[in-house]
Amino acid sequence: MWQALYEELKALGFVVIAVAMDSREGDPGPWIEAARPTYPALIDREHRLAELYGIVNVPQAVWIDEAGRIVRPAEPAGAYEGFRQMNRLTREMPEDVARLTAQAKATYLDAIRDWVRHGSKSAHALSTAQAREHLPPPREATARAQAMFRLGQLLLRRGEREEGERWIREASRLHPESWCIWRQGAGVNETGLAALPDFWQRVDALGEDRYYARVDMPGMP
Amino acid sequence: MITLLTDAGEFAVPGAEASTTTLWCPARDAEAATGWVAKPKGLCRGPVCVPLPAGREREFTDGGRIDLAALWRHLDRPAVHSDRGDAWVLAESARERAAMLAALEAPDFALPDLAGRLHRLSEQRGKKVLLVTWASW
Repeated sequence: MWQALYEELKALGFVVIAVAMDSREGDPGPWIEAARPTYPALIDREHRLAELYGIVNVPQAVWIDEAGRIVRPAEPAGAYEGFRQMNRLTREMPEDVARLTAQAKATYLDAIRDWVRHGSKSAHALSTAQAREHLPPPREATARAQAMFRLGQLLLRRGEREEGERWIREASRLHPESWCIWRQGAGVNETGLAALPDFWQRVDALGEDRYYARVDMPGMP
Repeated sequence: MITLLTDAGEFAVPGAEASTTTLWCPARDAEAATGWVAKPKGLCRGPVCVPLPAGREREFTDGGRIDLAALWRHLDRPAVHSDRGDAWVLAESARERAAMLAALEAPDFALPDLAGRLHRLSEQRGKKVLLVTWASW
């Protein structure tokens, strides 16, 4: 979906940087090769973007203007949590939920188009004060968890599996809001998704809370 | 061999010595990895200098080396290390990151593509950037 948007808008001075928050060896490769992106497709094994921008889940995106200024801090990029209401056996989605999912995506893409065309005059470009309000709240436990995750990744890369996994579990315990950390430490199913029963238990435990944070954008479900 | 992970990247520091509470690093390596240097008025990074507690200067620097673990404790920033003390992450604190983000200047980063080539956000200056994350899981 990003490739089409990039092709549509690149002549207007727009670029996508897609970053895979994948840490398992070889994981994102086949996906990137299949998507054949012509924009930079990068790999962030240590989740540096989580430290720098407060990313806690994917897809989350940040809008950055020509001067390198944050226009919209990290937020879900057109994602809607309709998957919580799908049939977990057949993976079928109720029709109204599928409609909301499509609406979230279309609303988000249209907002990007509007911003690319109108810059700071776009209704979706946040003012300085608004953008600050949307920044993630600082938590020292989170900063520590991110350091632990990074250490865990280094140790895994060195083949020190037991200790590496221990640091990642500890990071997830300290920073439970991060689905990126949790899913990286979780098992994956036959399709490579971290969607085993423990994932669904964790999702169900959210109750009324969101899996994808609410996006402050008119028309967004 | 001790590996340091900092905001500036990953550094192998053969001359470093660590216990579970100390991380003595040759001054040159400490500067490359963290930007911090010892000066008469304290430990400094760019224009910022942090005075050291009177009488305890030797806990932080011994002339040719800096104890980065002691410095990080003094700065109240997160430092974590492997059980063997051979890998350390010296991170920024949440309040410092928040202060940087409040300026709304997008923090620069360098990340590799599939071929291993590094790309920086700052290379896209002059364009509007959608920085979007995803994962295969």
